[in-house]
Amino acid sequence: MKTIKLKKGLDIEISGNASLHVTSTSQPDTIAVVPDDFTGITPKIAVKEGDTVKAGSVLFFDKKHPELKIVSPVSGKVAEVARGERRKLLYVAVKRDIETTYQKFKTIDLNAKREDILSALLEAGFGALIRQRPYDVIANPTVHPKAIFVSAFDSAPLAPDYNFVLKGQASQVQAGLSILAKLTDGKVFYSVSPSTSVELRNMKDVEINEFVGPHPAGTVGVQINYLNPVNKGEVVWSINIQDVALIGRFATTGVVNLTKTIAIAGPEVIEPAYVKTVYGTSIANITDCNISKGVKVRYINGDVLSGTKVEANGVLSPFANVVSVIAEGNNTHEFIGWAMPRLNKFSNSNLFATKLIRKLCPKKQFEFDARILGGERAFIMSGELEKVFPMDILPEQLIKAMITKNLDKMEQLGAYEVAPEDFGLCEFVCTSKIEIQKIVREALDYMKKELE
Amino acid sequence: MKFLKNILDKLEPTFSEGGKLSKLHSVFDGFSTFLFVPNHTAKSGAHIHDAVDSKRTMITVVLALVPALLFGMWNVGYQHFLATGQLVNFWEQFAFGLLAVLPILVVSYVVGLGIEFIVAQIKGHEIQEGFLVTGFLIPLIVPVDTPLWMIAVATAFAVIFAKEVFGGTGYNIFNVALITRAFLFFAYPTAMSGDEVWVRTRDAFWWGAGEPVNAFSGATPLGQLATSNESVAAFHNIMGEPIGFWDAFLGFIPGSIGETSTLAILLGAALLIVTNVASWKTMLSVFLGGAFMGFIFNTWGPDSAIANLPWYNHLVLGGFAFGAVFMATDPVTSARTETGKWIYGFLIGVMAIIIRVLNPGYPEGMMLAILLMNIFGCLIDYFVVQSNITKRLKRTTIK
Repeated sequence: MKTIKLKKGLDIEISGNASLHVTSTSQPDTIAVVPDDFTGITPKIAVKEGDTVKAGSVLFFDKKHPELKIVSPVSGKVAEVARGERRKLLYVAVKRDIETTYQKFKTIDLNAKREDILSALLEAGFGALIRQRPYDVIANPTVHPKAIFVSAFDSAPLAPDYNFVLKGQASQVQAGLSILAKLTDGKVFYSVSPSTSVELRNMKDVEINEFVGPHPAGTVGVQINYLNPVNKGEVVWSINIQDVALIGRFATTGVVNLTKTIAIAGPEVIEPAYVKTVYGTSIANITDCNISKGVKVRYINGDVLSGTKVEANGVLSPFANVVSVIAEGNNTHEFIGWAMPRLNKFSNSNLFATKLIRKLCPKKQFEFDARILGGERAFIMSGELEKVFPMDILPEQLIKAMITKNLDKMEQLGAYEVAPEDFGLCEFVCTSKIEIQKIVREALDYMKKELE
Repeated sequence: MKFLKNILDKLEPTFSEGGKLSKLHSVFDGFSTFLFVPNHTAKSGAHIHDAVDSKRTMITVVLALVPALLFGMWNVGYQHFLATGQLVNFWEQFAFGLLAVLPILVVSYVVGLGIEFIVAQIKGHEIQEGFLVTGFLIPLIVPVDTPLWMIAVATAFAVIFAKEVFGGTGYNIFNVALITRAFLFFAYPTAMSGDEVWVRTRDAFWWGAGEPVNAFSGATPLGQLATSNESVAAFHNIMGEPIGFWDAFLGFIPGSIGETSTLAILLGAALLIVTNVASWKTMLSVFLGGAFMGFIFNTWGPDSAIANLPWYNHLVLGGFAFGAVFMATDPVTSARTETGKWIYGFLIGVMAIIIRVLNPGYPEGMMLAILLMNIFGCLIDYFVVQSNITKRLKRTTIK
């Protein structure tokens, strides 16, 4: 086990961390699966309105790789196949049965051939939960990855505590990891933090490394860059540790039970806690009546740095392990903000007293809302992105190559290794308020289109 | 502050598209974001943002320039009354300087911001804060007797041709304030060099007029050294009394308005370093480069007064300290990689001293050194970036 210490990065303290207990929520009447959540696939519908589905039945699949299937997390009747402009598939809604019935699959034999294990996973929809680099899209199942990355901790603000979430599920995580180890010719890199529980530390069939330091230490992007960086022509896969546990559960039981524990967190949550639910459940259902009244709030699928905005009637993304709720803040008008001390505001720069305040009273809660707190400008300050970007990549130069769509430069500067989420902190600290993650996403899509 | 907000809300339709004054939209937008933090929220990507923005950053640079400006004002008055042999108190000295310098500051801002507002309106973007700093720098780097119309012409030239044609703040290759000075220097050399322009001997707003006393000579120390026929590096104040390092460090010498006091400049530098707005690496390496080259000339240089000037004197004379702290660190025109900043700064220091010592035409080399390195900043970055690329390429071949 190596211990890798990161100096660069930034921990942002936001109030409303989920307290370590599971609250009950009302059961949703209908769930909806949104193809757009599965980055990079072109959905082709597999069901009609009125069809009966079981938990684990295919709802739609990828046009290019039909073996890449997206399954229903609940059983019931297909209530709606919603299409938008140019017949784009928007979502598939399933009216759920009161009692969930599961589609039966064969359990996975660890001694089977790689192809058999992979096709069993794909058949049950787990292929769509694995992401690949380059391009940060759903993994292409026909490619052999040189390594698979799993992070046992999440360092983002308001992140769920996997020690709690996966308590008592170590055997399932282990089963999942052992299966993943069969899918790659290389290693499965399993990264822990100093606070990872003993239960989640003792894993076999994987290489364990410890990452110490501020966010983004817990993101796979950083771990890949340190342990086994992606070069041209190489592919690595990554998958969230909760999804690894789901695979483990599936391997031993043969049923697709996608119930996960999701954190509901943020300053606008009255009682931040965890809920057990499945993807596709509406946000309103998950958050229930647990949100501050009288404030216009923003719901986020995922963490506040790299998640996606979702309306209350939207649904939980398969890739979100936290639903963050913050104030929108568009009715706040701060008078001459550029001149005021603004001690309640958080800043990584020394133009605010944040660092001093954090030293003097470590418990201080800063105010956050969704305002960008400035006007968008061209890049002016230099060196500020580097301070929160621990990879061996020059972030500003790479972003500029991405803005100018310079494929050669992108390739040379490490675009194969990055995902938009790696730039979450860069976007946070940027004085010029540049929409960096959007630039990265568009550039990766462009690269994929041009190079594949 | 509610009532201010109400006024703004009421005015907004007038200035929005279709309103009567929509042609002044960018000006209105500039003022309303000046008064209130804009309240638009994140549309994509990170949902929370750092509270820092370019307004606060630029204002901090302006604050850092205030000590140099205040000292410069006083020094203008001090030199004036010294030259005319009038005995006055501290406040009168300062008041004279204020009256002499204020018009330059006003002209610089009015011309520059005027152009900035017009361009923002034409292009339909927000007013950029870059000129807040540029407009403050310009008065500090010109001699006090520069005619106002020349400052207006030079500022307009620099803002349009060194900044706006490239796309505005953040896209310029050259430091805009230095282009203003370079324009003045080359277009109106008589107003920018020689012995006559550094000390105001005439009145300021019909006050304090007087005749220079007999002993008066207005040459700056660097000017004296450049024209000196002897090989001894000695310089004197405007009354011909010999002075040394500490007089120059504190700033009781003639020169461009804000550049004389290294102490006042270092106060500003402290603020910039503490707030991390300017790179301490660049600043330090400019001084290191200057000291290094000064030392080289002291040891092996030609036997002229300026070459024999002890290296530490180079750092406090002329525009060296001001350039190092406020010009070389301009993040847009400087090298942008961390390694690049060390090289960039060092070469500025080296070039400035080379120009001072070896070029017979220009007693001061800081402006030209920085403008020259502005060009090479990108080249230095290119090599730093290239080394990152090579490292990545090697990774594939090792296995």
